[in-house]
Amino acid sequence: MIRAVTLTVDGQSIEVPEGATLLDAATALGIDTPTLCWAANLTPVNVCRMCVVELEGARTLVPSCARKAEEGMVIHTDTPRVRTSRRMVLELLQSSVDTSTAPDLLAYAKRYGAEPARFGPHGPPANANERDAHHPGHHHVPAGAEAATVHQPRKVDNELYIRDYGKCITCYKCVEACGTDAQNTFAIAVAGRGFEARISTEYNVGLPDSACVYCGNCINVCPTGALMFKSEADLRDAGKWDEAKQTTTRTICPYCGVGCTLELTVQDNRIVRVMSPPEVSVTNGNLCIKGRFGVTYVSEGGG
Amino acid sequence: MDLHPISTPPTPEEVAAVNAVLGVDCAPDEPSGLRDAEARRHLLLPVLHALQARVGWVSPGGLGEACRRLLVPPAEAYGVASFYSLFATSPRPQTVVHVCEDVACALGGAEALCAAAEARLGPAGTPRDGAMWVRSPCLGLCERAPAAMVTKAGETPLTASWGNATVDELVAAARAGAGPERAEAAPAIPGVSLRLLRRVGVVDPGSLGAYRAAGGYEALRRAMEMGPNAVIREVTESKLMGRGGAAFPTGRKWQAVASQPVRPHWLVCNADESEPGTFKDRVLMEGDPFRLVEAMTIAAFAAACERGILYVRGEYPLATARLKHAISQAEAHGFLGADILGRGFSFHLELRQGAGAYICGEETALFASIEGFRGEPRSKPPFPVEVGLFGKPTLINNVETLCNVPDIVLNGGAAFAKVGTAQSTGTRLFCLSGHVSRPGIYEVASGTTLRALIELAGGVANGRALRAILLGGAAGTFVGPDDLDVPLTFEDTRRIGATLGSGVVVLFDDTASLLPHLQRIAGFFRDESCGQCVPCRVGTVRQEELLARISNRRPHGDVSREQALFADLSQCMKDASICGLGQTASSAIESAMKRFPDLWEGA
Ligand SMILES: Cc1cc2nc3c(=O)[nH]c(=O)nc-3n(C[C@H](O)[C@H](O)[C@H](O)COP(=O)(O)O)c2cc1C
Ligand code: SF4
Ligand code: SF4
Ligand code: SF4
Ligand code: FES
Ligand code: FES
Repeated sequence: MIRAVTLTVDGQSIEVPEGATLLDAATALGIDTPTLCWAANLTPVNVCRMCVVELEGARTLVPSCARKAEEGMVIHTDTPRVRTSRRMVLELLQSSVDTSTAPDLLAYAKRYGAEPARFGPHGPPANANERDAHHPGHHHVPAGAEAATVHQPRKVDNELYIRDYGKCITCYKCVEACGTDAQNTFAIAVAGRGFEARISTEYNVGLPDSACVYCGNCINVCPTGALMFKSEADLRDAGKWDEAKQTTTRTICPYCGVGCTLELTVQDNRIVRVMSPPEVSVTNGNLCIKGRFGVTYVSEGGG
Repeated sequence: MDLHPISTPPTPEEVAAVNAVLGVDCAPDEPSGLRDAEARRHLLLPVLHALQARVGWVSPGGLGEACRRLLVPPAEAYGVASFYSLFATSPRPQTVVHVCEDVACALGGAEALCAAAEARLGPAGTPRDGAMWVRSPCLGLCERAPAAMVTKAGETPLTASWGNATVDELVAAARAGAGPERAEAAPAIPGVSLRLLRRVGVVDPGSLGAYRAAGGYEALRRAMEMGPNAVIREVTESKLMGRGGAAFPTGRKWQAVASQPVRPHWLVCNADESEPGTFKDRVLMEGDPFRLVEAMTIAAFAAACERGILYVRGEYPLATARLKHAISQAEAHGFLGADILGRGFSFHLELRQGAGAYICGEETALFASIEGFRGEPRSKPPFPVEVGLFGKPTLINNVETLCNVPDIVLNGGAAFAKVGTAQSTGTRLFCLSGHVSRPGIYEVASGTTLRALIELAGGVANGRALRAILLGGAAGTFVGPDDLDVPLTFEDTRRIGATLGSGVVVLFDDTASLLPHLQRIAGFFRDESCGQCVPCRVGTVRQEELLARISNRRPHGDVSREQALFADLSQCMKDASICGLGQTASSAIESAMKRFPDLWEGA
C-alpha cells in the first residue's frame, strides 16, 4: 500500500502519495510550474532549474520536478527568491541560445519579465564544429562587451532531420530519449563540459556514421526546435512555415500491427511533421523511423 | 542494446594499453577488489588513462576498443573522455608541459613565466617539435610558486610536477619529456602542536618498517580490540569535523553508514584536492602515506566496509606513487586484504586517479567518475551514506579528516577535543601561499587567530603591508587586515561571513591589484563547471564577462547596473545551482567587491 504524505504548498495543505514530487503536488493544486528539462515520460535530470521552489529550512531552492514530497514540508512556489532564480535562468538561456522556436520558454520569459539584453548583445557564432573541438579546461579570456553564445551553423547530414545546436539549451531530453528512457540506441550523449558541454555523437561524427536509427524520438522531446524535421526547417528557411495554415490530425501508423498514434502536422496538403503524443500509452511519444518519417517521405516524394 | 561499433581499428599499442587494464580475456572474476562489483563500466576511466598515457590521446580506434571490451556505447564513452582536461580527444604532441597560472602562482611570477614560455616554446596550445605547453589551474604546489607539470605519453609514460619552475626547465621538459631533478623541498614547517605532521619529513614514507617503528599500525590494532561501535563512539566524542570543506561531523557520518542494512558498504577517500591554493592533502599523502592507508582501514572496520577506493587527483604523481607503494606493502604484510591482522576482517583498497576535473572532488561527481560516467554531481538527498558509490551506502571522507583518526583511536576522542575550541576541535592544516615570507603547510590548534598563523609563517613577504587574504580557497572569501584577529574556527569564520574551506590562506600585499585575480577565479569556475545546470554553466560565463567589463572600465550602462546584474547572478547561482561549485562560484568575488568597493570602478 502506498502511504500518503501531507505537505503545505503556498499555504494550502495537500496530500500526495509517497514518491510524488513537489511538482506533482503543485500541479494537483492547479499551480502552473514552469519546466524545461522535465517531461512526464522521462527520468528527471533536474538540470535546467526552471522549476525551483522554496522549501522552508533548506539553504538553497530545490528543483520541484525531482524533489520528493516529504511529510510536513512547507513549500512556496512564487516568492521573490523563486521569481529571481527563474527569471535569471531564462535570461541566462536567452542571452546564450537562439530561443526563437522554443514556445514554452518564450512564454515563461514573458511571464517572468526576463531581460536577457542586460548581458549585452549576442557574441558571434562559432565556426562549424568549432565548439565540438573544444578542449575542456581552457578558454579565451573574454572582453565582456558581448555575451558568449552557443550560436553555430546547423548540422545537416541527412534528409530526415536537422540538428541546430545554436538553439540547444542542453536539457538532456534527447539524450534520455535516445538512451534508457525510450530508444536504447545511445547514439548521442553530452560531451565536453561547462559552457562547451554539448550534445554529440562519438567524435562528432555525422548521424549516418553513428548509431542513430532515425526514430526521431529525440525530436519529439526537444523543447526548443534544435532538433527539427528537415521538412519543417526547409519551410521555415523559405519563409513558408505558416502555422495559421496548418492542421494537426491524429491517425494510426499504417506500417505495422503495433498501432502507434501519429500526430500529423499538415500544411498545404503536405505532411510537414510527425509527432507522437506522449500521453498515449501505446507509444509514450515514441515511434520508429517508419511512422516518424515514412509518411512525410511519401508525401514529399508524391508532391 | 546493440552497440554500434566505431569503425576505425585500434593500433597494436592501443590494444596492448586496453589489455593492460582489462586483461587479455577480460575474465570477469579477476582478483581485483572491484572486478565483481556491478558491471565493468567502472574500468572505463582506468582504460582511458592507459590509452592517453600510451599514445598521447584517446583516439577513435582506442576508444572503440575500450567500448567493445566494456560494452559502453561510443557516444557515452566519448562524453566521458571529453570531460577531463588531462585526456585529449584529438591528436596532441606526446609531451605536454602544464604551467600553473592560478592564484598563488600568479602572485609568484606565473605571468612572467608564461610570457617567457611563449617566447621560447610558442603560443600556449601550439604543437612544436613534438611538444606543447598549456596553462593549468592549481597544481597543488602553491608553496613553491610558480609550479609546472609535464606529461609524456609513450611506452614508459611519465607525469612529473615541480615547483619554483624556471623557463629553462620548461624548455628542457618540453624537449626531454621529463621534469628536472630536484631535491624534495621541505614539505612542511613545524607548527605549534604537531599531530598530523608528526612523521612528515621525519619518517621514511617508503618504508612500512619505519612507519611501524614510529608508532604506525598501533591504532588499527587498538581499533580491532575496541570493536566498531567503540571506535565510532571515540570519533563522535572527538567532535572531528570534515576537513574537505563542508565541515560535517565525522562521527555522525560513520554511524550513519555503519547502521545501513544494505550491503556492501563502500569507503571512499576523497584525495581529489583541486581547490586552488590547497596542498595539505598532498603533503600528508607524500609525507606519511601509510597513515592514510591505516586510517582508511580503521574507517572501513568501523563502518563495515569491505572495499575502498582512494581517489587521487591526476596531477599528483608523487603522492600516487607513494600511496600505491604503501598499499602494496600493507597488502604484503597482512594490513590490507583478507583477514587483516588475523582477526577475520577483510578490506580491499584500490587507488584510482582523476584526470583533470575539479568538480570530481564533489562527492557525488566523484562516485560518477569512479563508475565510469561523466563527473556530474547529482542532487542530494539521497545522501551518500544511503546511496553512494554504485548506489550503495558509502562513507566518504577527506584525506586530512581520515588522518586524524589513528590518534583519536589511540588517545581517545576526549583527548583530541582538548585541543581547539568547544565546537572546532583538534588541529588543522593551513596552506599558506602568495605574498607570505615562508609559504607552506602549518598545523595549528583550531582557534589560533589568523594573525598568529601568519606570524608563524613570517608575516607578509618583504615586510610589505597586507591588502587582502583569500581564505578557504577559490570557493572561499576575501578578508582584509581588519579581520586578522578572527580565531580560525568554523563558528568564528562563519560569524564574519567567511569560511575555512580547505584551509587555504593566500596573502595579497599592497602592491597586488585584485581584479586580475578575481577574473582568474571566475575563469577557473567557468572552466571547471560540469555544465549540467543553467545557473552555473552560463552564470559562470556571465560572471567572468562582467568582471572583464569592470576591469576594462567599460560597464554596460553605469556601474550600478552592473552591480544589480551581479547581485541577481550571484543569487541565482547560490540558490538554484545543483552543487557546491555553482553555489560558491561567486562567493570570493562577491566578498572582494563588497570589501573593496573601489574595485567596481576598475581599481
Ligand atoms: C566543487 C566541489 C569540490 C570539492 N572538492 C573536494 C576535494 O577535492 N576534496 C575533498 O575532500 N572534498 C571536496 N569537496 C567536498 C566533498 O563533496 C565532501 O564534502 C567531502 O569529501 C567529505 O569529506 P569530509 O567530511 O571528510 O570533509 C568538494 C565539494 C565541492 C562542491
Ligand atoms: S533519431 Fe532516434 S536514434 Fe537517432 S539520435 Fe534521435 S533518438 Fe537517437
Ligand atoms: S537538442 Fe533539444 S532536447 Fe537535446 S538537449 Fe538540446 S534542447 Fe534539449
Ligand atoms: S553547479 Fe556547476 S558543477 Fe555543479 S552540477 Fe551545476 S553545472 Fe555542474
Ligand atoms: S524542470 Fe525541474 S530542473 Fe528542469
Ligand atoms: S600550484 Fe599554482 S596556485 Fe597552486
